[in-house]
Amino acid sequence: MSEELHDVSVVVNGLPRTARVPARRLLSDFLRHDVGLTGTHVGCEHGVCGACTVLVDSRPVRSCLLFAVGVDGAAITTIEGCTLPDGELGAVQQAFMECHGLQCGFCTPGFVTTITAFLDEQPDPSAEEAREAIAGNLCRCTGYQNIVAAVLRAAQIQREITGQAVAER
Amino acid sequence: MTRMFGEPMIRREDPRLLRGEGRYLDDLGSNALAAAFVRSPHAHARVLDIDVSDALDVDGLVAIYAYDDLLGRVAEALPLLIPHPSITHPKTPYCLANGEVNHVGEAIVMVVATDRYVAEDVCDRIRVDYEPLPAVVGVAAARAAAQLVHDDVPGNLAAHLVQEVGDAPAAIAAAPHVLELDLDVERSASMPMEGRGVYARWDSDDRSLRVYTSTQTSTSVRMALAAKLDVPVDRVEVIAPDVGGGFGVKIVHPWPEEVLVPWAAMALGREVKWTEDRREHFVSSAHERGQLHHVRVGFDDDGCLLGLDVTFWHDNGAYLPYGAVVPIITSTQLLGPYKPGAYRVEYSSLYTNTVIVTPYRGAGRPQGCFVMERTIDAIADRLSLDRAVVRERNFIQPSDMPYDHQLQFQDGRPLIYDSGDYPAMLEKLRKLVDWDDFAAYREAAVAEGRRVGIGLACYVEGTGVGPYEGAHVRVETNGTVVVSTGLTTQGQGHQTAFAQIAADELGVPVADVVVTTGDTRRFAYAVGTFASRAAVMSGNAIALAARGVRDKALRIAAEALEVDERDLEIVEGVVQVKGSPDARIPLATVAVLSNPLRYAFDEQAKQATQFARSADIDRPPVAEDDEPGLEFTDYYSPSRSTFANGMHAAIVETDPDTAEITVLRYCVVHDCGTLVNPMIVEGQIHGGVAQGVGGALLERMVYDENGQLLNASFMDFLMPYATEVPVVETDHMETPSPLNPLGIKGAGEAGVIPGMAVLAAAIEDAEGFRITRMPISPSELFGLRERFAAGEIPAVGGADESSAVGQVPRPRSAR
Repeated sequence: MSEELHDVSVVVNGLPRTARVPARRLLSDFLRHDVGLTGTHVGCEHGVCGACTVLVDSRPVRSCLLFAVGVDGAAITTIEGCTLPDGELGAVQQAFMECHGLQCGFCTPGFVTTITAFLDEQPDPSAEEAREAIAGNLCRCTGYQNIVAAVLRAAQIQREITGQAVAER
Repeated sequence: MTRMFGEPMIRREDPRLLRGEGRYLDDLGSNALAAAFVRSPHAHARVLDIDVSDALDVDGLVAIYAYDDLLGRVAEALPLLIPHPSITHPKTPYCLANGEVNHVGEAIVMVVATDRYVAEDVCDRIRVDYEPLPAVVGVAAARAAAQLVHDDVPGNLAAHLVQEVGDAPAAIAAAPHVLELDLDVERSASMPMEGRGVYARWDSDDRSLRVYTSTQTSTSVRMALAAKLDVPVDRVEVIAPDVGGGFGVKIVHPWPEEVLVPWAAMALGREVKWTEDRREHFVSSAHERGQLHHVRVGFDDDGCLLGLDVTFWHDNGAYLPYGAVVPIITSTQLLGPYKPGAYRVEYSSLYTNTVIVTPYRGAGRPQGCFVMERTIDAIADRLSLDRAVVRERNFIQPSDMPYDHQLQFQDGRPLIYDSGDYPAMLEKLRKLVDWDDFAAYREAAVAEGRRVGIGLACYVEGTGVGPYEGAHVRVETNGTVVVSTGLTTQGQGHQTAFAQIAADELGVPVADVVVTTGDTRRFAYAVGTFASRAAVMSGNAIALAARGVRDKALRIAAEALEVDERDLEIVEGVVQVKGSPDARIPLATVAVLSNPLRYAFDEQAKQATQFARSADIDRPPVAEDDEPGLEFTDYYSPSRSTFANGMHAAIVETDPDTAEITVLRYCVVHDCGTLVNPMIVEGQIHGGVAQGVGGALLERMVYDENGQLLNASFMDFLMPYATEVPVVETDHMETPSPLNPLGIKGAGEAGVIPGMAVLAAAIEDAEGFRITRMPISPSELFGLRERFAAGEIPAVGGADESSAVGQVPRPRSAR
């Protein structure tokens, strides 16, 4: 008994990545074990906790619920790709640090990717919208209060960055 | 130089974790073989036969192990970790089932294969024949003992204890008022986002073993593995990498998998890793909280306690590897901030055919707090007194400190409260939540057709249990201060908080301090991170070790500068003469000088060589009572626990139609002694409150009568999302502990303890009938309303200042 393998080619955080994997290889395992980007975490493997959330063509998805073969050709952003181009912490990451939005840090990558996608759509959320935006991700450490604060702070940082970019133009 | 102790410093571990560069267990060992387990689908059964013939031709299979394949001490039952005298019939599991399984999820076969997918394929092809046996599920069935979990444990009784102070039955019999209550709490679980996991590497040339495990105690895992695997302790290294939450469950050790994975790595000469999946975590790690309590209380006309008699039954699951810590803690900590009068407590810890029960954040305290606070509320109701007033009348006063309850605590030491100011704290809480103005708030709400209620709950938490923690502090020749302590970290920010302590004690910038925890290669003597003890224990050990380094640095610098060491101070990493900072020597240079050298391996090292400095040629380069290196090791070992305390108040709204329960406000006043980093402490409280709210309103393990766990997934076991957790309003008090140099008391568990008690009180206040069972769902509340309307349960409330007017009209009770 040996499994048939399939070529999967994706762009992860801007870099092309290819691996030969079985059809049943989960995207989460593909990213973690085949591509070696272990920042994407697996908390439940049934799509509820949200720790494994990555962006596939800019949309947040649960990578534990997708097969790698199903995203062949896609552009994927993981937590490792949420930094600024110069390698500094991105707005969401910076805000998490400032607001003490993480403790053990295991669920954090899924929150950061989820919030990144959310702020793309809603750059100026209210506190209530911020809370609603993270209501599909489980965190067992923080009680969410500081994560909500981090969403709002990230929006503020992002506006500052955008403002600077506009000013420099 | 700014003092760092007490500063809300941003965490230094965050950038790494936020970049996705954390190294959690499953991030390691990318080339390791994978283990998976065949686990019992039955709650109670004999294992008749294991047939692996269909599994053998799976590509990638490496090994299959059942109980009969285990050798030496690996084949023996796992240890009883805390052998308390109340345990009459200890039963611990085997690494793999030895002929009988006692809960769904118990491991029967271990498979090792090239990857996890293949290992699970193999598991699916292994056939186990069972002879199902009747399952014992729940306290009632365990007490009835019509069936036994273990044939040789009569009455399913694992442990039994009575503690008495005075004659409680007599005091209650003589009291003007007596109440009896039955108060129940269901099972929940720690449920960290990262499950358990073990990764082992055996070096057959070196005959040494390195084990990474997602644990709350790497040092004790090391000792346990050395004993089990018959490897000398100094050939075993255990490392807790980044740990994705613990909350108690990861203090249990060695888990069956924690023994089997290293054992297989040694047997196969290959790296082996096992990462627990979520279903495995539900059915094969540990749960907590399930307890039934019966209370008899006698009190006077003012509501002052005269006698308290509590009997309770604790469901400890199939085995007792961690001992009876949870009921011991409930039995002592339920007293909270009160003088109980005469006190009698009796617990029975019972085996059932369910997952084992071991401490989950709070560890028996949430149940104890629920029992005591519900009792106080019932007294207030009986006497038509304000609930806050009854509490105040029973408080231990600041002038009573230290207060001796004359009981034995979980550490075998006397239960003596070290400090605390409960009346002042209650005053703060009343102001924070506007207790005295709630009547007006309620009136306004009622006018809008809304139903609201307020509750409060108080607790005292024994923290910082011994026996000890230690620390090693060394100044490197580049000025870096390396701090190592043996206990582990699972989100508490130790790299920040411990660095703050070391920086202050030593007089260096906090950026120069590097902290390592949970790595036996760096510090081998430790206990672990649980019971709100890390900041108390390791915090003080680090302070003491840093003071040792400081003394040595001053001595060496005094010699080099030819001044009296009493005239020296260390500022920003530089030793200088007080008042004339021109006479100075960097700590880095002191580190160089502390180690007399023969060889100048670099420019800096030259300064320490024999020809670089004038020395007394009649004295040895290293004095008899000295040693080379600017380093020091010290330990902190307290004579007894510290006692933190806190009070929570909550305002809830219950939907008149759907019985949905919404927490409108949640207020916390908290005293954990001195705060190392208030930002981190507050984060701990937020997280604890979320777990308290979850435990009160959502989380329960649902077993059917056959011992099947019906909700073993995140789809069915409900944990709070952001939308279920209230905003927490916090106020701190700081009553430093007199028991340790830094005055710390510990904060990890505080937030969770009064959750059930305070929300039960608030819901009761909103509804007007007694709440005696937690958690409570909207459908259960709806059911209680129907029973109340039918006159089956009595009315309560209406006595507080807060509820003096504007009560919701309620049906007449049957009382």
